[in-house]
Amino acid sequence: MTTLLLAEHDGKTLNEATAKALTAAKLLGAPIHVLVAGQDIAAIVNAAAKLDGVAKVLRADAESLAHQLAEPISALLVSLAGSYDAIVAPATSTGKNTLPRVAALLDVMQVSEVSKVIAPDTFERPIYAGNAIETVQASGKLVLTIRISAFTATGEGGSASIETVAVPTDASTSQWLGNELSASVRPELAGARVVVSGGRALGSAEQFEAVLAPLADRLNAAIGASRAAVDAGYAPNDLQVGQTGKVVAPELYIAIGISGAIQHLAGMKGARIVVAINKDADAPIFQVADFGLVGDLFTLVPDLVKALE
Amino acid sequence: MTEPREEMEFDVVIVGAGPAGLSAAIRLKQLSPDLSVLIVEKGAEVGSHIISGAVIDPSGLDTLIPDWRTHETPIKTAVTDDRFLWLTEKSAFPLPGFIMPPLMSNHGNYIVSLGNVCKWLASEAEALGVDIYPGFAGAELLVEDGVVVGVATGDMGIGKSGEPGSNFARGMALKGKYVLLAEGVRGSLTKRAIAQFGLAKDADVQKYGIGFKEIWQVTDANHQPGLVQHTLGWPLQDSVGGGSYIYHLEDNQVAVGFVVHLNYKNPYLSPFGEFQRLKTHPAIKTTFDGAKRLSYGARAISEGGYQSIPRLAFPGGALVGDAAGFVNLPRIKGSHNAVLSGIVTAEHVAAALAAGRSGDTLADLDAALRAGPVGKDLHKVRNVKPLLSRFGTLLGMGLAGVDMWCNTLFGRSPFGTLRHGKPDHATLEPASLHQPIDYPKRDGVLTFDRLSSVFISGTNHEENQPPHLHVADLALQKSSELDIFAGPSTRYCPAGVYEWVDGTYVINAQNCVHCKTCDIKDPNQNIDWVPPEGGGGPNYVNM
Amino acid sequence: MKILVPVKRVVDANVKIRVKPDGSGVDIANVKMSMNPFDENALEEALRLREAGTATEVVIVTIGSEKAAETLRAGLAMGADRAIHVKTDAARIEPLAVAKVLKAVIANEAPDLVILGKQAIDDDSNQTGQMLSALLGWPQATFASKIVVGTGTIDVTREVDGGLETLRLALPALVTADLRLNEPRYASLPNVMKAKKKPLDETSPETLGVDIAPRLKVLKTTEPAGRAAGILVASAQELAAKLKQAGVL
Repeated sequence: MTTLLLAEHDGKTLNEATAKALTAAKLLGAPIHVLVAGQDIAAIVNAAAKLDGVAKVLRADAESLAHQLAEPISALLVSLAGSYDAIVAPATSTGKNTLPRVAALLDVMQVSEVSKVIAPDTFERPIYAGNAIETVQASGKLVLTIRISAFTATGEGGSASIETVAVPTDASTSQWLGNELSASVRPELAGARVVVSGGRALGSAEQFEAVLAPLADRLNAAIGASRAAVDAGYAPNDLQVGQTGKVVAPELYIAIGISGAIQHLAGMKGARIVVAINKDADAPIFQVADFGLVGDLFTLVPDLVKALE
Repeated sequence: MTEPREEMEFDVVIVGAGPAGLSAAIRLKQLSPDLSVLIVEKGAEVGSHIISGAVIDPSGLDTLIPDWRTHETPIKTAVTDDRFLWLTEKSAFPLPGFIMPPLMSNHGNYIVSLGNVCKWLASEAEALGVDIYPGFAGAELLVEDGVVVGVATGDMGIGKSGEPGSNFARGMALKGKYVLLAEGVRGSLTKRAIAQFGLAKDADVQKYGIGFKEIWQVTDANHQPGLVQHTLGWPLQDSVGGGSYIYHLEDNQVAVGFVVHLNYKNPYLSPFGEFQRLKTHPAIKTTFDGAKRLSYGARAISEGGYQSIPRLAFPGGALVGDAAGFVNLPRIKGSHNAVLSGIVTAEHVAAALAAGRSGDTLADLDAALRAGPVGKDLHKVRNVKPLLSRFGTLLGMGLAGVDMWCNTLFGRSPFGTLRHGKPDHATLEPASLHQPIDYPKRDGVLTFDRLSSVFISGTNHEENQPPHLHVADLALQKSSELDIFAGPSTRYCPAGVYEWVDGTYVINAQNCVHCKTCDIKDPNQNIDWVPPEGGGGPNYVNM
Repeated sequence: MKILVPVKRVVDANVKIRVKPDGSGVDIANVKMSMNPFDENALEEALRLREAGTATEVVIVTIGSEKAAETLRAGLAMGADRAIHVKTDAARIEPLAVAKVLKAVIANEAPDLVILGKQAIDDDSNQTGQMLSALLGWPQATFASKIVVGTGTIDVTREVDGGLETLRLALPALVTADLRLNEPRYASLPNVMKAKKKPLDETSPETLGVDIAPRLKVLKTTEPAGRAAGILVASAQELAAKLKQAGVL
């Protein structure tokens, strides 16, 4: 009765998504092993071993795993699967890319984007872009991806043993050519951890950029916009968050000068923490905001940037 | 856009898959199975743009498909109880049934979703071989030598600036020996045809109302399937015409709606606000205890009746259904007349085609319609709207009752035939003569704001297209609509399309539910509603 | 090159879905159904490859009831050459079952490339493509925003957390489409008319020898809990402190 959790990392450091998925994995009630797959991953392995509640870290170090391609990682997971009752990964692009392969090769159905663990075999997951919640019961071996915005991260405090595992020969015909990571560029809106969104109250395209960019830079956030701001020409179409724009579920959503019409809320109600900054205390956005700040955004946002330094 | 269009030819081209267009198509195929009959519909599906109370009088269907009761239809809930209330702010006074003219009785009628009825009619039409293409708007009348020879569907994939985008698709020319415009009230092609052929020159002005509808899921305790209730009075002032309806359908669903006549004078009046307020009346709100609102929509309604019917036939085609205005105001029904007008028009078209004719004016159609059941239905109630307009709701309804009883008993009225007076766009008075109306704040449970309402209408338009609401003169909009009339479009629009933001007219065309009220009520007739890209607009379900 | 594009009929993206009060699911009676938007991107890409002369044939396939034929007609109207309808009245077909059915279809059709949407907007599983690739033993590139065809290979740019990644896959291969891959075309009215008359190939999971019984049990479907109002803070400093506390910085 053991759970295997696939660690999320970028080849250098352990991603926090792992600690969040760990929180969900713990709710299955079984000992947890964390698999770190990659190349030259000692630091990541050590970080994983420190997470609270991890019994063992499996180190799979091979050149074929360097780019976290779905084929070799799923082959690795399948080779280990016999000893586990549950295989879990955060629903990151790597987790989503890899785990369904494992499920198919094990001939079980995956439960995607688990947002709540009801019982060790029963889970909630959002469907219809979060407009409905489905409760599903799985039987047999579990394959789960975890919606990371739905769980808080498990802290450190453990000292798991570390075991090196054999990596199956890579038979895949996919070849990694390169990547273009947006270190200097802003993260992509749909997958961003933090979104800073602006509305019509920004007043102009210039102010939209001037007010929001420093905050977004500070938080490494994507920039979003309400439809009114897009229609007014303050922001391009592809930044629109809402019913007809993008649906985002970041950990932190900061709505600046956005009244919060339901069309906008439809695009961001899955966010974990919502912050609203608006001069109108009656704006509907405050009814869904965890933290509200009433006042002039042109002074409050720069203040916030300073406070975050 | 001058790129040539692909062309196709049909015997009959019909614009609009509502009750009128579908009935015309069905009758055409019943009479002449070999005819090629095409319907284009701007809604994404048949029924997506249909919104109606609706209590239907089955007389139209009885004529069109006599054995319809043996078909699998969405017509399931017969009216079992019919109530009429006069509301004051705190009380409700039932009007006894015996003073109601018999024509107003709903005995034998059905509570339906007209959208679902249209879906069913479409399946009947397709079974007869009618080609129905939803998602394609009739965007342009094709006129050659003074004869309507077809319609063109709208171009798709045009960018905001009016330039074709990467997914541009040119509209298509659909040519027909006869073209039937069945667009419903205030159709955009109908408007052009009426102007081009002077169809309304001998008719009285057309009058309109705006009708709202919400569907609610109510608790078992508050559900009485078959119950129909209408109200007059509060929250409208006596000088403003209108009233409410509540219809209990199957599956714990209740339709609640409100109609405000568009000849109101006070530019501060918000028909939407009045509707939301109505639901808070003690005699009404209890129905919605523990209930959940499922959908919302709005649509203009024709109210001019008999004396406002334009000439129907024009060279190469005809107006069918509510495009010509066939609503019987006191009965609050029009779909039976839409069906019946579809039938009579189809009969004339089929006869003309059988005689080898095409592209001419169906000379006998107008007389046949007026002499037939549609004309008779409307003639009896022709004075109701003018009496309401002149005398207000309370006295007007009393006089209308006398008038309808006289018409029923003696076949004539002491009033003769009254005229309507001004068109609705001319009835607004300057804001300086009125006080703003303070509508109560919405509670988000029983009453709602416009945007959360539009949200559940499923309304959407492809974003990157030019706005389909054309304001001819923006300077005039500011100097008159805003400065004199205090921006009535921000209140009459049921979808929050129009906003005045720091003196700039913001048009949120994406919200438009295609009700056409702006096209009707703008005081300067400065707003022209044209069809957006096909498939845009509301996605009404069960409306 | 022959391309197979699996497509799914789903509740239209503009429809506001309603969860049935008894928890038994989402009410889809009388609502508008459409082709899954990501599948439209997949089909569009296949059509562009054919128009560029790279692909020779684009075949679409769907699994579902009689009504799913409408989705195939929509795909034919966009320009697909041929359509296969795997008919079943099963109420719920899970991604694993879909992948197995598609594997059987692929055994018959032998395409060089399979492109499908990255996920369906109804169940939001994001599994079918990956599962199918694993079952076929083909290389996969999910969440594609760009496809460039080489000789016996394709280069696919993928949208991954934090940026883009490019893979080279040996054909035959499988790609799942993201929204930025392209802007799907409109079906023109003449094409919609022609598509109405095209024949559909019909088969069934039984004929293909695939068991599509669901593995997961759906216990209930509910509405998401609404967000509740939180607290008002007095200053930007206080806000920053609260965000630190909440662990989102």
